[in-house]
Amino acid sequence: MYPRAFEYHRAKSYPEAVSLLGELGEEAKLLAGGQSLIPLMKLRLSAPRHLVDLNFVPDTAYIRSNGALRFGAMTRHAAIAGSGAAPRIPILRDCAAGIADPQVRNMGTIGGSIAEADPTGDWAPVLLATGATVKTLGPNGERSIDIGEFILDAYTTALQPAEVVTEITVPLQPERSGGAYIALKRCAPVYASASVAVQLTMHDAQTCQDARIYLGVLGLTATRVSAAEDALRGQQVTPQRMESVRKTVMEIAQPQSDMRGSAEYKRHAAGVLAKLAVEAALKRACGEHAEVAHLYA
Amino acid sequence: MPEEIPRVRVSVKINGKAYSREVEPRTLLVQLLREELSLTGTHIGCDTSYCGACTVLLNGKSVKSCTVFAFQADGGEVLTVEGLAKDGELHPVQQAFTDCHGFQCGYCTPGFLMSTLQLLDEHPQPTEAEIRKGIAGNTCRCTGYQNIFKAIQAAAAAGSRSQ
Repeated sequence: MYPRAFEYHRAKSYPEAVSLLGELGEEAKLLAGGQSLIPLMKLRLSAPRHLVDLNFVPDTAYIRSNGALRFGAMTRHAAIAGSGAAPRIPILRDCAAGIADPQVRNMGTIGGSIAEADPTGDWAPVLLATGATVKTLGPNGERSIDIGEFILDAYTTALQPAEVVTEITVPLQPERSGGAYIALKRCAPVYASASVAVQLTMHDAQTCQDARIYLGVLGLTATRVSAAEDALRGQQVTPQRMESVRKTVMEIAQPQSDMRGSAEYKRHAAGVLAKLAVEAALKRACGEHAEVAHLYA
Repeated sequence: MPEEIPRVRVSVKINGKAYSREVEPRTLLVQLLREELSLTGTHIGCDTSYCGACTVLLNGKSVKSCTVFAFQADGGEVLTVEGLAKDGELHPVQQAFTDCHGFQCGYCTPGFLMSTLQLLDEHPQPTEAEIRKGIAGNTCRCTGYQNIFKAIQAAAAAGSRSQ
């Protein structure tokens, strides 16, 4: 399958990409790893007249840790999964190592993923749970945008025309914190049926100080489950509490039936995933090892 | 309209040999390989980034060449199934797939071979879970995967490594 013909523009720097987008206007799109955009273009669901290629902009794929973890927007998922820095915030590794399959992780980028804001994307719930910030460059200079204010709706972000994502910053989590991200999928290359991101901070080995719980995939954007967080915050994280998290998530999730499963199936899955993610997050917050991998139906 | 669009020069080393072509920007890497360079060992299966039949190594990393534009490989190195055998000798991974009958119709095999190279590069002695994860982006509709699994274990046991 051939995409519609387009003109090619190789950006040598982010400022050049910004000015190219400004000159070319609405019919131009940015190409990062291309793992979503290229399939969309082949199916002609997207047919830009101009592509501005970010793959040859130097120094855009990096992982730096100075206090916070900073990911260059063009950092490939596989690089994050394999980096020595990601295990410091294990939920990031869960996410990066679970996206699609090895080939897609070798090309797909964290910046491209959040700029697309696909409701089934893996990064949004994880970056929301960890309080990440998105750095951008546009005609009016740099901006730092809280991830919660960056993703506005399905496929809709706060990016202005001619604005480029340059970096994603994940703050170091407080002491005694741990998180986990688990998705349920039919198989690796497809979108998940449901996913849950949990980030806990413990007061001590039993008592939860703070909790953030986000559902992915099930709505137009990742959904915060405040009622499930409240069930944990200030409480002992007992098996009974985890069970009430599962029930609360099931009550609040509002999935739609589609080819990835019935609404009932997805609601059930979200509850179970939330419970599993809380268990793993609790272990990690207490300094124990917990292996987390996506589940395949 | 397409003929008015400036073509883009792609210079790439494939299986150790340098190539340079001017192609339409929309040319996919798999089309450059198959149609421009007649390297038809890389197959197109689903053409939607699902099945992995088109897997090649780009700069040492497995990618689905139906979901990479040819210009993304500019200045890079590509390894395809044609680059595996040397002097009439099968690559150890190819030999393991042959010995274990890790295929039936063979259509998906080039992609599985390239994913296996990537897997053994990262995990020379992979666990069962690592093998499953390593070939999760490749689909075989014939075998049920059991003999592919055995072939990968045999390749690992033979100490084969990607190049």
